[in-house]
Amino acid sequence: MRPSKFSNFIFNRTVQGTFYQAITLSLVILGVYYIVQNTAENMMARGLASGFHFLGVESQFDIGMTLIEYSPTSTYFDAFIVGLLNTLLVAGIGIFFATIVGFAFGIMRLSSNWLIAKIAETYIEVIRNIPLLLQIFFWYFAVLRALPKPKQSLEFMDSIFLNNRGLFLPDPNFSESSSVIFNLFWITIVISIFIFVWSKRRQNRTGITFPAFYVSAALIVGVFFAALAATGFPVSFDIPELKGFNYKGGMKLIPELVALTFALSMYTAAFIAEVVRAGIMAISKGQTEAAKSVGLKDGLVLRLIIIPQALRVIVPPLTNQYLNLTKNSSLAAAIAYPDLVLVFAGTALMQTGQAIEIIGMVMGVYLFLSLFTSIIMNLFNRITKVGER
Amino acid sequence: MNNIKNAILGLLCSVLMLPAAYAGTLDTVKEQGFFNCGVSQGVPGFSNPDENGNWSGIDVDVCRAVSAAIFGDADKVKYVPLTAKERFTALQAGEIDVLSRNTTWTLSRDAQIGLEFAGVNFYDGQGFMVRKDSGITSAMELDSASVCTNLGTTTELNMADFFRANSMAYEPVVFEKADEVVNAYDEGRCDTYTTDKSGLAAQRTKLADPDAHVVLPETISKEPLGPVVREGDGDWADVVRWSLNAMIEAEEFGLTNSNVKTTCAITSNPVVARLCGKEGGTGAGLNLGDSWSYDIVSLVGNYGDVYEKHVGENTPVGLARAGSPNASYKNGGVLYAPPAR
Repeated sequence: MRPSKFSNFIFNRTVQGTFYQAITLSLVILGVYYIVQNTAENMMARGLASGFHFLGVESQFDIGMTLIEYSPTSTYFDAFIVGLLNTLLVAGIGIFFATIVGFAFGIMRLSSNWLIAKIAETYIEVIRNIPLLLQIFFWYFAVLRALPKPKQSLEFMDSIFLNNRGLFLPDPNFSESSSVIFNLFWITIVISIFIFVWSKRRQNRTGITFPAFYVSAALIVGVFFAALAATGFPVSFDIPELKGFNYKGGMKLIPELVALTFALSMYTAAFIAEVVRAGIMAISKGQTEAAKSVGLKDGLVLRLIIIPQALRVIVPPLTNQYLNLTKNSSLAAAIAYPDLVLVFAGTALMQTGQAIEIIGMVMGVYLFLSLFTSIIMNLFNRITKVGER
Repeated sequence: MNNIKNAILGLLCSVLMLPAAYAGTLDTVKEQGFFNCGVSQGVPGFSNPDENGNWSGIDVDVCRAVSAAIFGDADKVKYVPLTAKERFTALQAGEIDVLSRNTTWTLSRDAQIGLEFAGVNFYDGQGFMVRKDSGITSAMELDSASVCTNLGTTTELNMADFFRANSMAYEPVVFEKADEVVNAYDEGRCDTYTTDKSGLAAQRTKLADPDAHVVLPETISKEPLGPVVREGDGDWADVVRWSLNAMIEAEEFGLTNSNVKTTCAITSNPVVARLCGKEGGTGAGLNLGDSWSYDIVSLVGNYGDVYEKHVGENTPVGLARAGSPNASYKNGGVLYAPPAR
């Protein structure tokens, strides 16, 4: 018997494959629909409020550290932005310091100097193997206990104050005429870029090097201060003053921020150090020997030969560490640093009771931050990738 | 092929049928033989574990009273310690059946987030604690102070209101756990620590030198604290509400933990007879046995017994009852239970 057209169709592989995939997909959709429907029904049945109207309502609570204007009459959405900015601040500063310290310790661990290598190794092994939360507590209470009370503040030049409420710095106020100085500042930066390009070209052409870094640094700093002196220092400082319990005026760094960024960068730096070490060790010894045989000094060998090649090994795991640091910053809640989790997923959630909406928003933020970091680092990876020859 | 189809259909049906099997909390609790009670992570006098993990306190005794009413045994309770932040979610999600964790009754909590308050077991108000050597004697002197407090409480809102109303500046320092607040205050991070006054009295016992601190006289808010249940289960709410009411009424009519046996044997007072479970059949409406209120008083005690045992003047917490709102309405307080009849 010849197979009919219908059975041909039924036993066709593509048709069967599509059929099962369609079933799976519809089951998934049904499942999601069921969960959403059931949640909505249960919330209704239990008299739980839902929706995003609450974002426009006055929050009625205060936040200890805000980068934008904020008061109890601001909305929940403002509170969300305050928390978000505080999280970004801690993540940004943390990533900056973790990278510097991490690279330094990674390279130190490979040093031929026994003492330096051991110091780096000890640091990495100790820090890496203690839970982060404990380190945060340690630094927080170590900082609090080491610092004096506001009335016995440590003073530097009568304008910088350090006590257990934070670090108080003078806040510079630039008057109108100081715009000249800033314009000059930007001009010197542009000139420095030209110097770099020119010295690189000349070196490529003739092989003669030029100390571009020192020259441009001297230019920028020199012109800045010369201009300040020429215009008669048009800067006034808002100096913090002890009023009542605390210092008022000036800039303020709260101890929670200091302890948190310190703990986060120290912790992540230990992991970055290992990533850097792995990257450098992945470069064959022949590269170093070849570079030395053409007469390059140790520093130059590292900077020109080893690091550029090591970066392609380093960047992907480094991205992971940056993501970890950002996500770990949510431990801030333990020491009262008002980050997104404490302010929004904490106080705002408690006052509104709208857990699903708020946790959803916070998850969305962390997802976005992580994806954004990944994209940037992937771009960087593409640029630093060494073409195989 | 048919098997697969049946399996899928069966799975779908079983998933969609799940909500139909939902029973009332009281029935579920009776069947499983215990219930879950959400308590604090350690507030002396209210809910606090001892070194053997046994919980005690006036909040704990509300749960014990409910257990006594249902099972005739005060210890059929599993205690679940919760942070202020976790407590409502735990109740909504069914992880606990009663939340008895110094929780303030407010409109938004009652109406908006699916909670039902079953009564008030402690009338409190928010206060401030400062170091004695700071020389401060009034909350009005707290301008520019750093204030330590707990996340997820009415405290956060009250202090914002208080400082705003009096045009004073302050720096809020908000921690997730009560112990961290106490620690940070003790280390000098803050000039003052604010929470409910009962909480201040209780947490003060945890400070390195309790006598170096003083609670300021001002009370800046009303904090009626009481047990909470899920909204939408009236029968269960009734059991919790009347367990608490029975404790208050037993005190009003002189029925105490120590005299309940003898008094019930000889009483001729009809109110007392009802509380003893000898008349009136009050248990039927609550789906409980008639001895429910007798069991509460004999196994846990009346409100006064419980108060003096855990937070009264002869305890480390040391909160005087006379003259406070927690005294019976007959002694100038506001404690007044509807009649159990």
